[in-house]
Amino acid sequence: MKKDMATAEPWQTAEIPGPKKALVITKPEVAAAMIKRAKRHILIVGHKAAEIELEDKKLIDCMIELAKKANIPVVATAHAISEFLKRGYQPAGWMPAVDIGNRLTDPEWKGLDGNGPYDLALFVGLPYYMEWTILSGLKHFAPNLKTMTLDNVYQPNASWSFPNISAKDWLENLKVIIEKVGGE
Amino acid sequence: MRVKIGELKTDVGLVKNLELSIGRIVEEKWAEPMGPTPFPSLTALREWDMKLLQRYKPFYMPFCDVCCLCTFGKCDLTGNKRGACGIDMAGQQSRIVLIACCIGAATHIGHARHLVEHLIETFGRRHPLDVGGLNVQVEAPVTRLVCGVKPETLGDLEEVLDYVETQVTHLLSVAHTGQEGSNIDFESKVFHAGMIDQVGMEVADIAQIATYGFPKADPEAPLVDLGFGTINVEKPVILCIGHNVVPSVGIIDYMKENGFDGEIEVCGLCCTAHDITRYYKRGKIVGPISWQLRFIRSGVPDVVVLDEQCIRTDSLYEAQKIKAPVIVASEKNCMGLQNRTNDPADAIVEDLVGGKMPGALILDPEKVGEVAVKVALKVTPLRKKFKVIPEVDEVIQRAKECRQCNDCRRACPQDLHIPEAMKAAAEGTLAKLADLYELCVGCGRCEHACPVGLPVHSFIVKAGEKKLKEETYKVRAGRGAIQDVEIRNVGSPIVLGEIPGVVAFVGCANYPKGGAEVAEMCTEFANRRYIVVTSGCAAMSAGMYKDEEGKVPYETFTGEFAAGGIVNVGSCVANSHIAGAAIKIANIFAKRNLRANYEEIADYILNRVGAVGVAWGAYSQKAASIASGCWRLGIPVVVGPHGTKYRRMLLGRADRGEDWHVYDARTGEKVYVGPAPEHLFYAAETKEEAMVMIAKLCMRPNDTTKGRAIKLTHYIDLHKRLFGTMPEDIHLFVRTIGDIPITMKDEIVRILEEKKWKETVVPDPTLLPRLIRKRKE
Repeated sequence: MKKDMATAEPWQTAEIPGPKKALVITKPEVAAAMIKRAKRHILIVGHKAAEIELEDKKLIDCMIELAKKANIPVVATAHAISEFLKRGYQPAGWMPAVDIGNRLTDPEWKGLDGNGPYDLALFVGLPYYMEWTILSGLKHFAPNLKTMTLDNVYQPNASWSFPNISAKDWLENLKVIIEKVGGE
Repeated sequence: MRVKIGELKTDVGLVKNLELSIGRIVEEKWAEPMGPTPFPSLTALREWDMKLLQRYKPFYMPFCDVCCLCTFGKCDLTGNKRGACGIDMAGQQSRIVLIACCIGAATHIGHARHLVEHLIETFGRRHPLDVGGLNVQVEAPVTRLVCGVKPETLGDLEEVLDYVETQVTHLLSVAHTGQEGSNIDFESKVFHAGMIDQVGMEVADIAQIATYGFPKADPEAPLVDLGFGTINVEKPVILCIGHNVVPSVGIIDYMKENGFDGEIEVCGLCCTAHDITRYYKRGKIVGPISWQLRFIRSGVPDVVVLDEQCIRTDSLYEAQKIKAPVIVASEKNCMGLQNRTNDPADAIVEDLVGGKMPGALILDPEKVGEVAVKVALKVTPLRKKFKVIPEVDEVIQRAKECRQCNDCRRACPQDLHIPEAMKAAAEGTLAKLADLYELCVGCGRCEHACPVGLPVHSFIVKAGEKKLKEETYKVRAGRGAIQDVEIRNVGSPIVLGEIPGVVAFVGCANYPKGGAEVAEMCTEFANRRYIVVTSGCAAMSAGMYKDEEGKVPYETFTGEFAAGGIVNVGSCVANSHIAGAAIKIANIFAKRNLRANYEEIADYILNRVGAVGVAWGAYSQKAASIASGCWRLGIPVVVGPHGTKYRRMLLGRADRGEDWHVYDARTGEKVYVGPAPEHLFYAAETKEEAMVMIAKLCMRPNDTTKGRAIKLTHYIDLHKRLFGTMPEDIHLFVRTIGDIPITMKDEIVRILEEKKWKETVVPDPTLLPRLIRKRKE
């Protein structure tokens, strides 16, 4: 196992925040349980999801599967929208990453569907440092929101994050989460 | 002047010991009446700032969860907790932004002060400020607007500098523990820092244009050489890095006066390079700031001359590796070297050539010129272009030492896949390392992270050597100001929206995916007949691209400030001409009073001038202050994804209809105008997102229906091409049926019906009640 594997250190070495840091997701079942427990969740997918290959598919394909299985509305950021549409999936919305981040800090915002604020925001596929900063904004200014990253790198500003793990372990974890989130 | 009167008898009485003190006698030559805010204080424009900040609220993204600025600390501010001094997280973040902008503003202003002092000494206080002959009557639009004075000579710039220096001091004092407590007031002061920064930049650039014979608002400024491959390595090479051109001028003058013109290559990195080519047609630009390590390590430079700003602080160390003597020429950057300013030039030359010292501090630009040239001539045959870039065999051999620990990748700001490339190199192929060359920002953090001390950056440069040597481009030398006549020609189509926008690509080179993205964006918008303006490192990146015919964008597009032009204004301090152009549209085209009339002009620009700044690779505090000068003036700024590290955005909320009302100056009615422009400061994740947003941010409430239709055409076209679908928010930008692009009418009308769209009016827009001509009964 590589040195950075399974340790909860920020992926970019110097991006050390604190005192409050993300709880480490050690088992994908725990992440699935938290996703299932959320009453109003939202999945924010950045452009890198369409670039990252996980064996025979792209990360974005896993996210579409997850969104469908758990019935999570998706916000595509940057040009990720075109990749969703190419796959025949219509996200709930698309907007810049900083825009959705900003809206999530607003307790008055009723969400994309107007039905009220979200309680869990899942992030994946943004540039590491950009996700880091946006999650920092939410950590400090969205007290009623929990955040989770589904990337394979530790994002210390999330409420929950995987540690730095290999692509193989990542795919395994995502498969478990997708399997577990459906149904009652 | 001080007047003291011991006793004065008058008809009304006796006055004793009268003492009068007069600071300055102003000879009034400018007929325009003084506006409301000459030499504005920290709070003079606070109401305007509040209007902007009410609409564009800060979204803070703390880069650090604690405050460690005083001995109470560290204080944990997590979750907007308050620290020992009482500050909360929002206040702390805005405070840090203010400090950054003060650093940026002070840097330009300090640069301007040194430059003006030197130029006054050389050319005299009465040297006229001619920056464009009869073509530029409004020579200093920013200074006129902010200060309410019309500088005519170099000496006139001194009082302007006195003012901005005072403001920087006050602004910095605001950041002391136990001063300002409101984040919104910090933000207002951030705007103030940006505004005075624009003044400082303008002072610096008009002073050097007026004295050094730079192109004067010339749309046909010469095309000059850009790129590593343009430099003749057979000659002695003097490399100048930084922003203050004065020492470089000393070098070029000495060369010319002593018959060495053409014998020595003088080239530059960063903004000094721009200004070298504005002064000297044979001068060459190596590239943006991120080329520093690769060029020094290549062994090509024989002497390295450092002035100020954006210089790698390890330049001396790097230059020592290639045995190139260093001359530091600014008191802001002494590098620990011995001050040899008062020593005879030949003695310094002897010590540098003989290797008795690695470099020298010389604070006399003429002496810098003599020493640099003499050292270059003597040291070149001795150095034999000694380099520290390894040969291919060595790269392959040493790559085998790589432990695949990932530390290099985790240190890389771009998260480049270095370990995979090292593995391939160890197996004998450098192709993957070569792929990293164009994405690498040249920071060198990978090397410091490497536990076995591999010179990773040098490996990447070696692998990309072919590309490096083939870098032979052209950039139009910085032209400086925009002509008044150009403003007259484009003022109407810009304000009415028929020229879809003015897009300025500025700033540094911390690009997320290489500089080619800047060239691509410039070309896209020039092809769409926007006016494209460039400056600084972005202007260089815009030129580092060739089309199928082998032409760079500056050869393909005109240098005029006109639809479809790509206009390089020059170095960082030339950014002031971009703000100046927007100001001149309000003044020259719309005939709004300029003098100390900041609020009205900013209101005009926000509502009518579709200008957007793009700092795709912004990294510095100067870039932060330049951006903040744009915000107060109503010009939105787009940064790349690294820009989120500036800690806060200023974002509008398109979904909050109540935020997007203006007064119709004709009636006093409040009118909904849609989110135009939607954001004031915003970081895009990718160039695709940036391009769509740039087109959107060019929309303004004042657009005519024809103009809005043109702008919508570009927005929709880019959105469809890059996002694969129609914009979701199209109904927010259609005010009347006439706004709809004719070729998309059916599709858009259908969307409007689905969205239950209602027609509104196109107002004479303003946020300022005092500009309403007729009050509602």
